[in-house]
Amino acid sequence: MSIAPASNGWHFRRPSVIPGFGLTLGFTIAYLTLIVLIPLSGVVWRSAELGLADFWAIATERRTLSALKVSFGTAFLAALVNVVFGTVVAWILVRYRFPGRRIVDAVVDLPFALPTAVAGIALAAIYAPGGWVGQLLAPLGIKVAFTPLGIVVALIFIGLPFVVRTVQPVMEEIDREVEEAAATLGATRFQTVSRVLLPGLAPALLTGFALAFARAVGEYGSVIFIAGNIPYVSEIAPLLIVIKLEEFNYAGATAIAAVMLLLSFAMLFVINLIQAWSRRRYGYGA
Amino acid sequence: MMEVSIRNVRKEFDRFPALHDVSLDIRSGELIALLGPSGSGKTTLLRLIAGLERPTAGSVFFGAEDASQKSVQERNVGFVFQHYALFRHMTVADNIGFGLKVRPAESRPPKDVIRKRASELLDLVQLSGLERRYPSQLSGGQRQRVALARAMAIEPKVLLLDEPFGALDAQVRRELRRWLREIHEATGHTTVFVTHDQEEALELADRVVVMSQGRIEQVGTADEVYDTPNSPFVYGFIGESSALPVRVEGGELWLQDRSIGLSVRDVPEGEASLYFRPHEIELLEGCGGCIAGTVAASRRVAGSRRVELEIGGENHKVEIELPIEHPAAGKSRIAFRPRRWRVFPAGAERRQRAA
Repeated sequence: MSIAPASNGWHFRRPSVIPGFGLTLGFTIAYLTLIVLIPLSGVVWRSAELGLADFWAIATERRTLSALKVSFGTAFLAALVNVVFGTVVAWILVRYRFPGRRIVDAVVDLPFALPTAVAGIALAAIYAPGGWVGQLLAPLGIKVAFTPLGIVVALIFIGLPFVVRTVQPVMEEIDREVEEAAATLGATRFQTVSRVLLPGLAPALLTGFALAFARAVGEYGSVIFIAGNIPYVSEIAPLLIVIKLEEFNYAGATAIAAVMLLLSFAMLFVINLIQAWSRRRYGYGA
Repeated sequence: MMEVSIRNVRKEFDRFPALHDVSLDIRSGELIALLGPSGSGKTTLLRLIAGLERPTAGSVFFGAEDASQKSVQERNVGFVFQHYALFRHMTVADNIGFGLKVRPAESRPPKDVIRKRASELLDLVQLSGLERRYPSQLSGGQRQRVALARAMAIEPKVLLLDEPFGALDAQVRRELRRWLREIHEATGHTTVFVTHDQEEALELADRVVVMSQGRIEQVGTADEVYDTPNSPFVYGFIGESSALPVRVEGGELWLQDRSIGLSVRDVPEGEASLYFRPHEIELLEGCGGCIAGTVAASRRVAGSRRVELEIGGENHKVEIELPIEHPAAGKSRIAFRPRRWRVFPAGAERRQRAA
């Protein structure tokens, strides 16, 4: 028996009753390398062939910049909307028992399973000026299909299950007693929700947001059918990559890909930091 | 200071009755225990007082005021839950100050007053200096103290505790019990707590309310419920007891064809049950009016010896308690007579259940 030296900072490994740390860590690294790191470093590698000047030129080209703006902007909006309404959907599913609850629960997962192109075509048909919803919105001057708004709608569709499925289990664990405690202390229903329940859900909401956002940034299939794909207006970065590829401009395609990669990684990294901080604060895993 | 009066309260959950016509008067400043097995309705009664449940019929008075139609928020009660129910994203100080912070602007104290009140209460619950901790950084006993401080911060009319020590280990539980008594004496809140632990109830409470199957069986001081139980249920539930089927004939108690040497009044002739405590007996030599039995087993229990006797041929077993060194423990046949006992007419228990 050896006693671990009183070290400060992080430990390389913690003693555990289950052996196999070396094996599982080795497997994890090998697996991640094969599946994630090698393909991604390929992207960076190919774009490096361009040389810094050309890379910079492609990355800061007006069309690239507006495509990135459309991609990240719409993904951000869609993720925000999903956090709000996904939370409501999760609340309904967790808190109420009503006929058809299981069906609603299953419907939430559909965007996971449906080919995204199908979703895009369906949404485009409905929101087009002559479509079911589109013809109601048209007199109000609201155009959805073939505008950035259409992209947001498609991204909301595909991002919804990510929020619902991350928030739902955490919500299920909320103790009713906590709400009752707030009530006995004089808190109104609104105060209970805003001061007790939502702050408790914050880490899960953040995770849901990050997942929905990440998924939306990379989405291609559904968006291209509803976006209209007008350069500088409703053209998303993934589409621009495909366009470059079709022009056999592999270097250009990988340059945009590398920029997306970098931006996404940076944003997810920041979200993860916030999350680690809030988890600590809210006493998870302590 | 507030007296609480529960008047003919009935509560049904989906037509399943949880409380039948319960009435209880709680005096101002009193420490009351609701004691009973699970399913006896004790927690339901506590939640009805708090307003977390609405009675199906009947009413709850706080002083002269009918609180039945008031919401939980308006009742101003301090409620402590078994599993603490602390807000885990708030520091200890924020938890305690919560009840003051959510008040409407005109009655909300300024921030520094709230902070001061929180640290005073932390002193009271002996957790000074832990203001900035989060609940996850505290032990179970500490969390429950914070929960109590939080409940007291709103200056409640009554303090209600639902199995407050149920989730804690025995050592901490004993400590907190003594401490709760001290706090009660210092603050004088009218306090009601629910427990299934009779030791806790008897030790802590001014009066104990024994409940069973949605009814109040007996209300009394620890001495009263222990020494003069008024029903077979209370006899069996509080302390240890032995029961023996007997017959009442001519004001005498008969065990099969022999008189036990005890006489009764006010019990109808016929089948009955005799209840007594294992330690409240006297041993007899020879048997002219006694209960005699064969020793079936004998065990050492702490400072005394428990002897299990088989009475008659019908396998009725009773337990009696003897001093360790008593020679009778070595014998195969023992004769005794209870010193303190009670007789309930046969079926008293069953009739109660069915009613």
